[in-house]
Amino acid sequence: MAEYQNIFTQVQVRGPLYAGIPTQRDIYDRVGGGFYYWLGRIGDAQVGPFYLGWTGLASLICGFIAIEIIGLNMWASVNWDPIQFVRQLPWLALEPPAPGYGLSIPPLNEGGWWLMAGFFLTAAIFLWWLRVYRRAVSLGMGTHVAWAFASAIWLYLVLGFIRPLLMGSWAEAVPFGIFPHLDWTAAFSIRYGNLFYNPFHMLSIVFLYGSTLLFAMHGATILAVSHLGGEREIEQILDRGTAGERAALFWRWTMGFNATVESIHRWAWWFAVLCPLTGGIGILLTGTVVDNWYLWGVKHGLAPPYPAVFPAVIDPSTLATGAGQ
Amino acid sequence: MNFQVKLAGALAVLVAVGLLFTFEYLPIDTSQSGYRGTGMAQIVNRRASEKAFAALRIPEVPDPLPPSGKKASEVYANVKVLGDVDSDEFIRLMAAITEWVSPDAGCAYCHKDGDDLSADTLYSKVVARRMLEMTRHINSNWKTHVGETGVTCNTCHAGNPVPRNIWFKGIDDGREVGMLGNRAGQNMPATTVGLSSLPADPFSPFLLYANEIRVVSKEALPVDNQQTIKKTEATYGLMMHMSKALGVNCTYCHNSRSFSSWDQSSPKRATSWYGIRMARSLNMTYLEPLKDTLPPVRLGPHGDAPKLNCATCHQGAFKPLYGKSQLADFPELSATGQTKADAPAAPPKQVPPAKK
Repeated sequence: MAEYQNIFTQVQVRGPLYAGIPTQRDIYDRVGGGFYYWLGRIGDAQVGPFYLGWTGLASLICGFIAIEIIGLNMWASVNWDPIQFVRQLPWLALEPPAPGYGLSIPPLNEGGWWLMAGFFLTAAIFLWWLRVYRRAVSLGMGTHVAWAFASAIWLYLVLGFIRPLLMGSWAEAVPFGIFPHLDWTAAFSIRYGNLFYNPFHMLSIVFLYGSTLLFAMHGATILAVSHLGGEREIEQILDRGTAGERAALFWRWTMGFNATVESIHRWAWWFAVLCPLTGGIGILLTGTVVDNWYLWGVKHGLAPPYPAVFPAVIDPSTLATGAGQ
Repeated sequence: MNFQVKLAGALAVLVAVGLLFTFEYLPIDTSQSGYRGTGMAQIVNRRASEKAFAALRIPEVPDPLPPSGKKASEVYANVKVLGDVDSDEFIRLMAAITEWVSPDAGCAYCHKDGDDLSADTLYSKVVARRMLEMTRHINSNWKTHVGETGVTCNTCHAGNPVPRNIWFKGIDDGREVGMLGNRAGQNMPATTVGLSSLPADPFSPFLLYANEIRVVSKEALPVDNQQTIKKTEATYGLMMHMSKALGVNCTYCHNSRSFSSWDQSSPKRATSWYGIRMARSLNMTYLEPLKDTLPPVRLGPHGDAPKLNCATCHQGAFKPLYGKSQLADFPELSATGQTKADAPAAPPKQVPPAKK
């Protein structure tokens, strides 16, 4: 029994290389594949066969172009010095156009590269979404993965495309860069009076942390009953065995209620999907409908007043006399 | 346990031990300043600040002298700023300035060897005279920021002929922007903004030109606030500089739930507000015009004079020299009667040349 109580896979079951089920619409032969011991430690030891298709190929090409535009601009910004490129990489960025350009198309090095990189990155993401959707249909699966992915794409589009369109300026969009996009996020929150008072931001955080909580609860539950066959969840849905019985009773004992073996997956899917969905709504409302979330929170009784602890501080710029003197 | 598990365990221990070296060790002092729950607290590493305090260079103050009864202008020639000071006190101050500003080069840093002491042969003497005027101007007219603590030459110079923390216009990353790689003035590990990727020159827009620092809307709903996220990043960069220059975090002045609200800010925010105006005024009136006096070696890559920011005086301390005042020992550094030279040389400009 001890093999089951490990955090990584102990048992590797290997058959002959399996090409997968036959489907009707495949136009390419499935290629490649092999077994890898270390991958077997964390998942299925079989890698492949691969399926690229035209959507996958086009997506990779568009993604490559986007990464090239971003990467070469970053490299140029350190004078093509390879050492500085590596050292400064977290700081480097490709910036959107300056506010003065509005929604016009700026010169290449004034934000034009950013627009172009954004176009190709978006094309790559859309094509990959199509690929995910079509592979699922081809296998006779539901399209749940594609729609969850679409939720993330929604947030990406709001940040980089839809909201800048509504604000009338590409400058409102996010730069491509590691630290730069984080500093942008902080500046975004500051400019719009603290995003923590945005109710959709709150919802998004609930679903984000909720997702991790549900994932931990579910993963832990199934691992805890896997020596009783608990990981065979689909069978447990139709014919509840002792693993399912024990797992369910465990949660009823500890919190009075349990999700079913089937519904827990809907819980997790909706939490994950709602995280970027609500987040995107929150971003979309910022600057377009609400300009200062803190003051909005005060207006609607969301932000409580605190007792004054400092002597009254008056904005010096409002004092009529002695501007600085 | 097989070998691989042992190997993994050994690696994990190695990483964990390595991580220990990234910690700042206890004790760390936390002092609450705002209402509970608002996170308005200052976090201080006592050992680090004790070390910084011990490293401060505060020379011994020369004993006060009995007045000679004669003014400096009666005894010495070409004394333009301190002419009303007693001649013995004048010499005492000169000795102190030498200790504060040029302890190594001595008097000869400003008074050329072999020349008469009154001669303005060296640029450094001309600059020093202007700096004396600036010091008196600060101590007399900027009490909103320096209070009664005031400043002396040593506040900024601390034994260096050129203060350690100065700035020049623009960013000198040694490259011409061609078709690619426009950094838009940011996105580099800049110490000026606390190693963030924020605009790397937070000084020109705010501490030389009078660009608008405030970006947050005064209304809940959109009315007419034209400030952009990019402008916010510039303001954010200035705030990072202030934070680093004073060794404090945001909540020293602000309640971070609403940075712009004055009614929730600490009184120090008002002191800071005057500090920004003071730095801007001094740069425009006293320092930038020195570009015609200073030799090229002292100028920046764009030919501008060295200028001051918050770090020039504060040098990482919430108050310069942790609040130790030297002004009382040299009252002549606070001129009650303003001389003509204290008047502004140029009105502050409102905005820099428009940049798209």
